[in-house]
Amino acid sequence: MRFGVVVFPGSNCEHDCYYMLKYVVQQSVRFVWHKERDLSEFDAVILPGGFSYGDYLRTGAIARFSPVMDEVIKFARRGGTVVGICNGFQILCEAGLLPGALGRNAGVRFVAKSIYLKVENAGTLFTRRCTDQVLKMPLAHGDGNYYADAETLQQLREQKRILFRYCTAGGETTTAANPNGALDNIAGIVNEAGNVMGLMPHPERACEAALGSNQGLQIFQSLVA
Amino acid sequence: MKAKIHVTLKNGILDPQGKTIHHGLEMLGFSGIREVRAGKLIEILFEGMNRAQAQQTTENACKKLLANPVIEEYDFVIVEDEK
Repeated sequence: MRFGVVVFPGSNCEHDCYYMLKYVVQQSVRFVWHKERDLSEFDAVILPGGFSYGDYLRTGAIARFSPVMDEVIKFARRGGTVVGICNGFQILCEAGLLPGALGRNAGVRFVAKSIYLKVENAGTLFTRRCTDQVLKMPLAHGDGNYYADAETLQQLREQKRILFRYCTAGGETTTAANPNGALDNIAGIVNEAGNVMGLMPHPERACEAALGSNQGLQIFQSLVA
Repeated sequence: MKAKIHVTLKNGILDPQGKTIHHGLEMLGFSGIREVRAGKLIEILFEGMNRAQAQQTTENACKKLLANPVIEEYDFVIVEDEK
């Protein structure tokens, strides 16, 4: 598969994504500067983590109007695969490609630690090779408190579009396992068409055992399967 | 003309910053506070615009960028810009 990793001013996880895709999953990958306007060469586009435009105004609010985002929206409408990680998830919500919004962590503090994710739907493009039901990976953000109105939440549940929820090592989605106050422990969701996914934790940083976990890899192995 | 725009979280949306400020005030002995909400103040200085134009432009800017309607609401006033 041909991957594009979009780089906004302030992105800081683009090299992690690049490394993981090129050397671990062994796919074709190229950085895409946020001013580029042609994504036709790619099968999948990743919006990486970071602090695009310094998180000014709201996380992702300015990046959402970068020139490349018009193309990302068209790419997604054509059925192209789009993954937003952390700040990338925030940008996808701001762009309206995913429903809801990510507010300040309930505890106000920036949270950086290893967490566990329960795979809630292993039948999607992004999870079909998730052989484990619980995935361990790092998380690092100040604004990961997922919110959607009651109607949207209902829809997400009914359509099985909540892909990942924060849980304990044993897979229990408890309040204590929720690092940021996210509604219903939601860590990652997919759009209605099933080709755009966003999540707050960092699967690209959990791609080799030496990093403490390689379970994040299962998401990208699902993509290229 | 100058727009003074307030963006705040909608009622019912958890406001962790407001809550923390509330706790801080209570720790300092301020009592009788029901709730604290924290938001943003954004000022836009316009050039060569009358009040109606400034009003319309500000409204559009709030809708398009300044507030996220999923979690935020906004209000603003247009004032004469004292140079």
